[in-house]
Amino acid sequence: MIPAAFDYEVAESVEHALALLAADPDARVLAGGHSLVPALKLRIARPSKLVDIGRLSDLAYVRDAGSQLAIGALTRHAAVHDDPLLQEHCPIVSTTAGQVGDPQVRHRGTIGGSLAHGDPASDLPTVMLALDAAFVIVGSGGERTVGAGDFFTGVFRTAVGPGELLIEIRVPKLGDATGWSYLKYHRRAQDWATVGVAALVQHENGTAASASVALTNMGGTPLRASAVEAAIAAGSSVAEAAAHAADGTEPSSDTAASAEFRAHLARVLTERALTEALA
Amino acid sequence: MSATETWGIGAPLKRKEDDPLLRGRGTYVDNLDLPGTVVMVVVRSPYAHARIMSIDLAAAKAAEGVVAVFTGADLRDDWKAAMPCAWPVTEDMKNPEHFPLAASEANYQGDGVAVVIADTRAHAVDAAELVDVDYEVLDAAVDVAIAAQDGGALVHEELGTNVSYVWPLETGTFDAAADVIVKHTYYQPPLIPNAIEPRGVVARPEPGGDVTLWSSTQVPHLLRLLAAATLGMSETKLRVIAPDVGGGFGSKLDVYAEELLAIAIARRLGSPVKWIEERSENAVSTIHGRDFVTTLELAATKDGKITSLRANVIASMGAYLQLVTPGIPLLGAWIYAGPYAIPNYSVTFTGVFTNTTPTDAYRGAGRPEATYVLERTMDLLAKELGMDRLELRRRNFITEFPATIASGLTIDSGDYHASLDRLLEHLGLEQLEAEQRARRDSGDVKQIGIGFSTYNEMCGLAPSRILGAIRYAAGGWESATIRCLPTGTFQVVTGTSPHGQGHETAWSQIVAEQLGCDPSEVEVLHGDTSISPYGLDTYGSRSLPVGGAALWSAGEKIIEKARQIVAHQLEVSADDLEYAAGTFTVKGSPDKEMTVKGAAWSAFAAHNLPDGMEPNLEATATYDPPNFSWPGGAHAAVVEVDTGTGDARLIRYVAIDDVGTVVNPLIVDGQVHGGITQGIATALYEEAIYDEDGNLANGTMAMYLMPSAAELPSYQLDRTESKATDHPFGAKGVGETGTIAAAPAVINAVIDALAHLGVTDIQMPATPERVWRAIEEAKQ
Repeated sequence: MIPAAFDYEVAESVEHALALLAADPDARVLAGGHSLVPALKLRIARPSKLVDIGRLSDLAYVRDAGSQLAIGALTRHAAVHDDPLLQEHCPIVSTTAGQVGDPQVRHRGTIGGSLAHGDPASDLPTVMLALDAAFVIVGSGGERTVGAGDFFTGVFRTAVGPGELLIEIRVPKLGDATGWSYLKYHRRAQDWATVGVAALVQHENGTAASASVALTNMGGTPLRASAVEAAIAAGSSVAEAAAHAADGTEPSSDTAASAEFRAHLARVLTERALTEALA
Repeated sequence: MSATETWGIGAPLKRKEDDPLLRGRGTYVDNLDLPGTVVMVVVRSPYAHARIMSIDLAAAKAAEGVVAVFTGADLRDDWKAAMPCAWPVTEDMKNPEHFPLAASEANYQGDGVAVVIADTRAHAVDAAELVDVDYEVLDAAVDVAIAAQDGGALVHEELGTNVSYVWPLETGTFDAAADVIVKHTYYQPPLIPNAIEPRGVVARPEPGGDVTLWSSTQVPHLLRLLAAATLGMSETKLRVIAPDVGGGFGSKLDVYAEELLAIAIARRLGSPVKWIEERSENAVSTIHGRDFVTTLELAATKDGKITSLRANVIASMGAYLQLVTPGIPLLGAWIYAGPYAIPNYSVTFTGVFTNTTPTDAYRGAGRPEATYVLERTMDLLAKELGMDRLELRRRNFITEFPATIASGLTIDSGDYHASLDRLLEHLGLEQLEAEQRARRDSGDVKQIGIGFSTYNEMCGLAPSRILGAIRYAAGGWESATIRCLPTGTFQVVTGTSPHGQGHETAWSQIVAEQLGCDPSEVEVLHGDTSISPYGLDTYGSRSLPVGGAALWSAGEKIIEKARQIVAHQLEVSADDLEYAAGTFTVKGSPDKEMTVKGAAWSAFAAHNLPDGMEPNLEATATYDPPNFSWPGGAHAAVVEVDTGTGDARLIRYVAIDDVGTVVNPLIVDGQVHGGITQGIATALYEEAIYDEDGNLANGTMAMYLMPSAAELPSYQLDRTESKATDHPFGAKGVGETGTIAAAPAVINAVIDALAHLGVTDIQMPATPERVWRAIEEAKQ
């Protein structure tokens, strides 16, 4: 478990990080290291250089931004989990952050690292997709903001391009009429989700007027369960809507589950998540 | 409470070993940092079955820090014999020659094809990537049941078959006309043992051609004997040291390629050679356990008396026969009837080669496989008879001991009813069944199930004559030396080789009990062939049943010699001396006394010994057990099954074990706890998954599902006690009981949870997908 040789530099500022990345197209950004370091040790990842942004402490924050909350990319999962603003205004994010990996992972891993890694089995990307979160990316050309629907572009691929850095994630404040749930099935406490479901439901007289539902590990990226959302909007029951959870998905088969079983889990968990979000 | 109750046999003494280990001050192989050490990395085949067409070493040899690179062909003349298999179970067993590096054909993913030696591990790993091997990929035999049949891919084409041996044991005719017959086939997948310390080796060349080998091994003595033979060295030229060893579970009961390679290369280069196994390398390069397909039939009368048993076992050997590979299935051969009196007995074992990592001993070794199929089939038979599953077990329990069983061995002692009674006292079965009924009635998505396993096993390997009769090459005896030091302390040297079991503590307690000292006054040495009397190491729950008995025998010799010294000094007849807890007293004159410690000083000073007596108070004993050790017990698992996701989770586990006299209840609880956990892991989580080409699909700890504390409840442990009649203080083995008992209890519980839905079978491990499919199939 020894990585191939690489260079290593510590970024002193966002500008410095961007300059280091611009100077070496094969460089990779190192944040918490909980996805990248195992890949290095297995020699799956062989970057020429690691640009360590771990000391950019001004990227670790959660701030009130009016109708949104702004989360700095370097905020560790444990800090996200413990944050009072998120707990009050967007508890699906803080609660899900508390379910990532295990305590060691949560104290090193960062929200920006997890999102920019683009792992379809990760929990937070799914939650961000359901929330329609916004991603603030900087590069040599300046700053741009990408919606969650455009951010996840493939397996381990996101809208963060070469030489760019994800610096902030913005999530909406959820009102009292919004119920939420994130449920995942995983064998062991520290395992990735075999399948996960994030559900946000607008309550109206005890039923769901509309829902935003996203799926973990049902394809190469987190996916919106549009057929479920459409069914809810059309007045279907939770059970009827959840039956469409796997519609249009092409989940993979691996040692954790076959595609067929993943589709089954998506339906079961969607029904449970919608029910929990309505409760 | 007498003093010995607080530190002698039976006392819950904290382990002496733990302080340095918990503080990170142990000495494992990788902690050895000898001057001038070079590092070895093994280049392994990425294919399960491939012809090695050519190997280009030029780039690797030119890489930074590289000292040497060798292929199998380069080292062929270093081996004076093929790698050893000590258990040719039949006269005609097929055993293809196997050398530490494959020279012409790789036969499993991970088979070594070359080694790189460099100044640092990083350089060696970098250079290993540059070894350019040209493979011609061949068809692989992967599934053991298919490999056993004619017409498929052959692992060793020259053999013309994948079958290594067929070994039958038949002592009665199966009653095909019985009132009731149940028959079922069970799959037990290959498992990765996963000791917490992967393997590691350092070989240091010594003056005169000698070599000192440090290895993370369970068997320093067997390793010295067999490594010397393979390398054509005199046994006296090789010293093997097992330093602190972080677990083995049988996987370090072997003579491995890397041990032989390190010795050979250290001799060639004149430098110490170090090899440390990586964790994911361990998944392919250390033996696997299990991989059995077994069909079991039970025949019974209408009132539940089992009259005959027939088992057909197909067991994977993997690609080659390692040290005891072919014998592992046979370790279960005599106990397919478990704790039940079944008069007609017939079992057949077929050992089959597959293009997978070689199999060998893994905790329980043959006995979990036997117990699993029996205890599952007992539930099937109860269902077929319409009889309560515990009543069926009770009607067939062996109740009179010693009991000669149909397979031919004699169980010295046991009380299976007592263990089951105690289990039910703890379990609260009525309440659990009421809860089960309530959930069934309400259609709860989460159902609960209760599963049982009543078991016995044979361990304490082993009576040498029996081993000889079943063609095992070595004996099963064990040795111990006790040296009474002049200061009144005791030095013990044992031929067993602990790797987590706590021998230093337990052996100290035995000596403390017998010779009257504090356990802190006992030093226990082990794991070094240059200091110990010849021993046969640690495996098969043998250390206490065999090594502990040898220690006790040595203690008896000490007491006898001390008695002569004391009688001489007190000027009384030896017959007038009474002995208890280290002190001799004179009958009728209780004020006249002398201790073993006093006798030790006298024997050291040698000023006033009986005429003709040798000075020094020291004794060595070798003990060959007259019988196996026969633990038993009753276990119950309670699971909650989510019928939506298929998730089966253990919510309670109650274990009652009868391991005879307990030397240290903390150590016994620890053994039972760990054993149960590995049994639960087998039932619900673990499986080495190979794809059809023989690629190991889950060879990392992220994907191989070893459960952690978060997945498991606390266990409720208790014991009943029937002392071993052949053992000097009545102890039985305990290292493997939990693993043997647990898996069937858990699977029986999962099936019980779903029985009302029509589910009758789920294969191990009971993954959520298998549970879901079983529910879906039952609906059809």
